[in-house]
Amino acid sequence: MHPALQGLLTILIGVGGCVGYFYFSNQLIDKVLFPPRGPNAGRNINRANMVRPWLFLLPALLALGLYLAYPVLETLRLSLTERIPGGGSKWVGLDNYRQMVNEPKFWEAMRNNMMWLLVVPALSTAFGLLAAQLTDRISWGNIAKSLIFMPMAISFVGAAVIWKLIYDTRPVDQEQIGVLNAIYLALGGDQPMTWLTIPFWNNFFLMAVLVWIQTGFAMVILSAALRGIPEETIEAAIVDGANPFQIFFKIKVPQIAGTIVVVWTTITIVVLKVFDIVFAMTNGQWQTQVLANYMFDKLFRANDWGVGSAAAMVIMLLVTPILVWNVWNARKEMR
Amino acid sequence: MDGIAGRKTRLSWAVHLSVLALVLLWLFPTVGLFVSSFRTTDQIATSGWWKAAFPSVQNLTLRARPPSEQVRQGDLWVIEGDLFEKGKTVSVSRFGVSSRAPTAFGAGETAPLRKGGEATVDASGHYRLTNTEPFTGKRGQRLFVTAKVPPEFTLENYRNVLFDPKNREGMSRAFFNTLTVTIPATIIPILIAAFAAYALAWMEFPGRALLIAAIVGLLVVPLQLALIPLLKFHNNIGIGKGYVGVWLAHTGFGLPLAIYLLRNYMVGLPRDIIENARVDGASEFQIFTRIILPLSFPALASFAIFQFLWTWNDLLVALVFLIDSSGDTTVMTKQIVELLGTRGGNWEILATSAFVSIAVPLFVFFAMQRYLVRGLLAGSVK
Repeated sequence: MHPALQGLLTILIGVGGCVGYFYFSNQLIDKVLFPPRGPNAGRNINRANMVRPWLFLLPALLALGLYLAYPVLETLRLSLTERIPGGGSKWVGLDNYRQMVNEPKFWEAMRNNMMWLLVVPALSTAFGLLAAQLTDRISWGNIAKSLIFMPMAISFVGAAVIWKLIYDTRPVDQEQIGVLNAIYLALGGDQPMTWLTIPFWNNFFLMAVLVWIQTGFAMVILSAALRGIPEETIEAAIVDGANPFQIFFKIKVPQIAGTIVVVWTTITIVVLKVFDIVFAMTNGQWQTQVLANYMFDKLFRANDWGVGSAAAMVIMLLVTPILVWNVWNARKEMR
Repeated sequence: MDGIAGRKTRLSWAVHLSVLALVLLWLFPTVGLFVSSFRTTDQIATSGWWKAAFPSVQNLTLRARPPSEQVRQGDLWVIEGDLFEKGKTVSVSRFGVSSRAPTAFGAGETAPLRKGGEATVDASGHYRLTNTEPFTGKRGQRLFVTAKVPPEFTLENYRNVLFDPKNREGMSRAFFNTLTVTIPATIIPILIAAFAAYALAWMEFPGRALLIAAIVGLLVVPLQLALIPLLKFHNNIGIGKGYVGVWLAHTGFGLPLAIYLLRNYMVGLPRDIIENARVDGASEFQIFTRIILPLSFPALASFAIFQFLWTWNDLLVALVFLIDSSGDTTVMTKQIVELLGTRGGNWEILATSAFVSIAVPLFVFFAMQRYLVRGLLAGSVK
C-alpha cells in the first residue's frame, strides 16, 4: 500500500478510533451500566462520575505508561544485564557500568557534556536576555524578535548544514567559501583552519549551533517576563536616580529571576539530550563525543545494549534533579 | 541599554544599532544557505556566497565548437563563436589553450595551438581559431579563461533535487515520507491528550494531583531511554520498523507536553459555562465536544505547531523506529545526514536539500508564530 494512503488510513483509524472509543464508552456508562434513572438514579450518577475520568484518561495513560514509564524501568533492567548470543539475557550486576567507566570515550563524552551544560544555557540565556531587553522598547522590535526566534523552527540537522557551510575549509590557494575562514584570513590568519577538527575548541563550534537555536526561545520567554514587571518599581528607581544599567541589573533581573531559572533548566534539558548536531557535524570524532551520541554508538553500531542502556541511565540520572524540581514546583503551584 | 526606563534618549540609536547587529548576526547563517542554494557549482566553489550579488572573477574551462563546424575563409580554416551567451556582460582578462598554462595570454593576444594553428579570445569572450589546414578531431578545442562574470542565480539545483526522477539522492521521496510521518503523528496525540486534559482539569477524582505531577515529571524524561525497550516491544508485537511504529512513538513522546499544555489552558476556562451546561443536563461528553474543544482552539493550535515542528525536524526517532535497511522510508533529516557524508563538498546539493527541508517549518513558523509563542509561554517547563 502506498505510504501516503496508509498515512491517511492511519489518521482515519486513529481519529475515528479515538472518537469512537470516547463516544461509545460514555454511551455504555450513561445508557447501560449506570443510567441516571430509575430507583438507583442517585447511586448510578455517583458511580458514573467515579468511572468517567478514567475513561477519558485511559488511552493517554496507556500510551504514557508504555512509551515513557515502562522504558525507564526496562532500560534500568537492560543496563544490569547482558545479552546472550542467540537470545535471552543474563544478570551481570554493575558490570556494564564498570566497563563504561573504563572507556576513555565515555569520560570524553562526560567532559564535553559538562562543558555543553555550562556554556550553552549560559550563553543562550544571556543573549536571550539581551535581545529581549533591547527589542522591547523599539518600534520594529517584533520583527527583530521574530527573526532571532526563527532558528527555533529549523531542525538540528538543517542547522548543522548551515553551520558546516560557515566552518567550511578550502585549500590555501583557493578562495575560502566558509565565512569563518574568510574572516580569519582577512584578519591576518596565515592559513585556513579546519575548525571542526581542532580538539577541545571544536566543541565550542558545535555549541554555537545550539546557542544560535536556543537564544530565540530564551528571548521570547524572558521578554514576556520583562513586560510583566510592574512599572512602579522602575519609576521609583528612576526617581531615585538609578542609571539604566542599575535599573536593568538591580531592579529588573531580580524580579524575573524565577523565569531565568526556568529558561536555564529548560535549555539544560535540551543540552543533555543533544544528539543530532554532533551526529551530523562530527559524529563524535576529534574528541567531540557527547553522551547521547555515545549511547547511540553503543546501541546501534557496537550493538552493545548493556553499555548503551547504562549510558542512557546516566543521562536519566543527570535529568533527575530537574525532574524533581519541576514536579515540586508544579505541586506547589497547584496548592 | 538606554531607553530602559522608557525615555527617549540621545543614545537610543545605539539600541537600534545593536538590535540590527544582533538580527543580522542571527540571520546571516540561514541567508548563506538560502543564497547558496540558488548558485551554480562553479560559483559556490570559487567565491563566498556573500559575494554572490557582485560580479566574480572565475577560472572557467570551456570548449570551442567542434571541427565539424569550421568554415573556410580565403585560404584559412576558421572556427568562430562566443564563449558566453549573448547579452551577458562578461569581461575576459586572461586565457590559455592548455591546462598547464590556463592564464598564459591576455585577452586579444594570439596563442599558438599545439596541433597547429592559432587561437585568440577577446575581452567579450568572442573566440577565433584559425589554421592553414583543416582542423581535425571530434571535440572542440578547450579554452581556459579567467573572466569577470556577472552575478547569476539559478533554479537548476531545485530542479535536480526535487524534480529529477533519475536522481537517487533526490529529496522528493524523502519529502513525502516526512509528510507521511508528520501528519498522523501530529493529529492523533492531540485528540488523546485533549480528553485526558479535560479529565485532569475539570473532573474530581482521587489521585488527580498525583497524575498531574507524574505528567510534569514525564515531560523531561529523555527519549533516549525509550529506544531499545520500545524497539524490542515493536518487534515483539510484529510492527517492526515502519510508519506505524514511528507514529506510535511520536504519539507517546508528544503526549506529556500535549496534556500539560491543554490542561493548563482548560483550567483557565470560565467555570460558569461548564457548570451551567451541567445544570442544563449536558453529559460530560457533550460538554467536552461542544464547549471545551472549541474554546481550547488556541492551545490545540499551539501544541499542533510544536508537535509538527518536532516530528518534521526529528532525526533520532525516525532512525530508530522507521528507517530500515532498504532505505525506502528515509526521511529528509536522514537523507541530509547521508548527503553530508557522501557529498560533503557539493554545497549546491547540500544547501538545496537542507533548504527544502527547512522551508516548510519556516513557513509554519511565520504563519502561526502567535500560537507558538503562546504555547511556549504556557509550557515552558519542557
